Amino acid sequence: MYTWDFGSLWTYRWLFVQGLGVTVAFTVAIVVIGLLVGLAAALAKLSGFAPLRWLSDAYIEVFRCTPLLVQLVWFYYALPILAGIEISAVGASVLALSLYGGSFYAEIIRGGIVSIDRGQGEAAAALGMTPAQSLRRIILPQALKRMVPPLMNQSIIQFKNTSLVSVLAVPDLLYQGQVAAHDSYRPLEIYTLVAVLYFAALYPLTWIVRRGEKRLATSD
Amino acid sequence: MTDAPAGAKIEIAHLAKSFGTHAVLKDVSLTVPAGGVVALIGPSGSGKSTLLRCINLLVVPDAGEVRVGNDAFRFGPGTRLPGTTALARFRATTGMVFQHFNLFPHLTALQNVMEGPRTVQRLPKPEAEARARALLAKVGLADKAEQYPSRLSGGQKQRVAIARALAMEPAVMLFDEATSALDPELVGEVLGVMRALAADGMTMVIVTHEIAFAREVADRVAFLRDGVVVEEGPARTLIDAPRHPDTQAFLAHFHRRGEALTS
Repeated sequence: MYTWDFGSLWTYRWLFVQGLGVTVAFTVAIVVIGLLVGLAAALAKLSGFAPLRWLSDAYIEVFRCTPLLVQLVWFYYALPILAGIEISAVGASVLALSLYGGSFYAEIIRGGIVSIDRGQGEAAAALGMTPAQSLRRIILPQALKRMVPPLMNQSIIQFKNTSLVSVLAVPDLLYQGQVAAHDSYRPLEIYTLVAVLYFAALYPLTWIVRRGEKRLATSD
Repeated sequence: MTDAPAGAKIEIAHLAKSFGTHAVLKDVSLTVPAGGVVALIGPSGSGKSTLLRCINLLVVPDAGEVRVGNDAFRFGPGTRLPGTTALARFRATTGMVFQHFNLFPHLTALQNVMEGPRTVQRLPKPEAEARARALLAKVGLADKAEQYPSRLSGGQKQRVAIARALAMEPAVMLFDEATSALDPELVGEVLGVMRALAADGMTMVIVTHEIAFAREVADRVAFLRDGVVVEEGPARTLIDAPRHPDTQAFLAHFHRRGEALTS
């Protein structure tokens, strides 16, 4: 019969705090960069210039249809050889996670934009707005309302995806957990705690998303 | 265009437009003098809405000429399409009112009317707001300024949309079936605003199914069918005594309805 001992984990408290800090910082970075990449890819896909559309399509499909773990490993080991550059584990991780997230964000953003009634763009054009003004002042503010819930959802997935960077020895929450597990021989307690920490960080976020959805629904 | 009447505000010449293989407009010409009101009537699919949308180049014609005021565009093989900036500048001088209002739902009535002057004309906020409030008062909606479109009736929405178009101080106003989506009891308030605009001397092109209104307010009426202007003439003459059999057949439907209503 296994005897659980969570008390012994107290020794590693700072390891967990540091790990959680790295995980949160990673999430913020890859969500922000991913959103920018996603917006660019979405606009490219909606562009009237065909080569831009093909490029965006190729990017989205390549990153959507390959596993994130494979991308991480590829960016860290294969890209430096292919491009003749040096890339740190953190750099490769941010790059792979941002591009992976961006491919999903792009489809959400594109979907939000095309869901806005055509008459809105026509009315903006009739007033004399350029396409860029119409997008910024009329289309995006409306589309954003519809995009926020799926974007938040995808960002929650991205938060959990950061755990994969531990394979590149980036000291995130999961990696620090592994360190503690090797040191303490208490992996069951450690991974339970790691799971609880992920949950504790994410559950409030899902709650905020749900509340936001409700508020958006009533304001329409 | 040497035979154009002096003072013509809008000149459309030999306009052609196809969507795919379907020719929606075939060699259409139309002239509207400054301060004139022209109504475009005809069955659905006759091309009257497309013609209207070609006047502000919301639809880019395949061939022909479009002139509004001093801005002229020529279309056809060998001509370059105007760029987005040139198009935007041109459209800023023409106001358009849509069948489904197309108000911006994320903005209040006041903000809807201010949007053009603020974004396109870069007017300072106080001036844009003063202009917008004056226009909302003009269409009888001063008290609805802070309301969002979802709180307005169809007739109120369309009056806000007219104020929004007028806020750009356009040289001409284009109405695309402005009352077709309204409940019958709300049609009158919108027609009232349009009637007042015409009386003010606004140059207007109106696509409409309101034949009685066209007869009353328009100077001239053009009847379109299958992408061509079948008959064009003074409003009363054309509606009371159409010469072309197609026009007679089309108007007979309305006259019959009118008789049924009065008897």
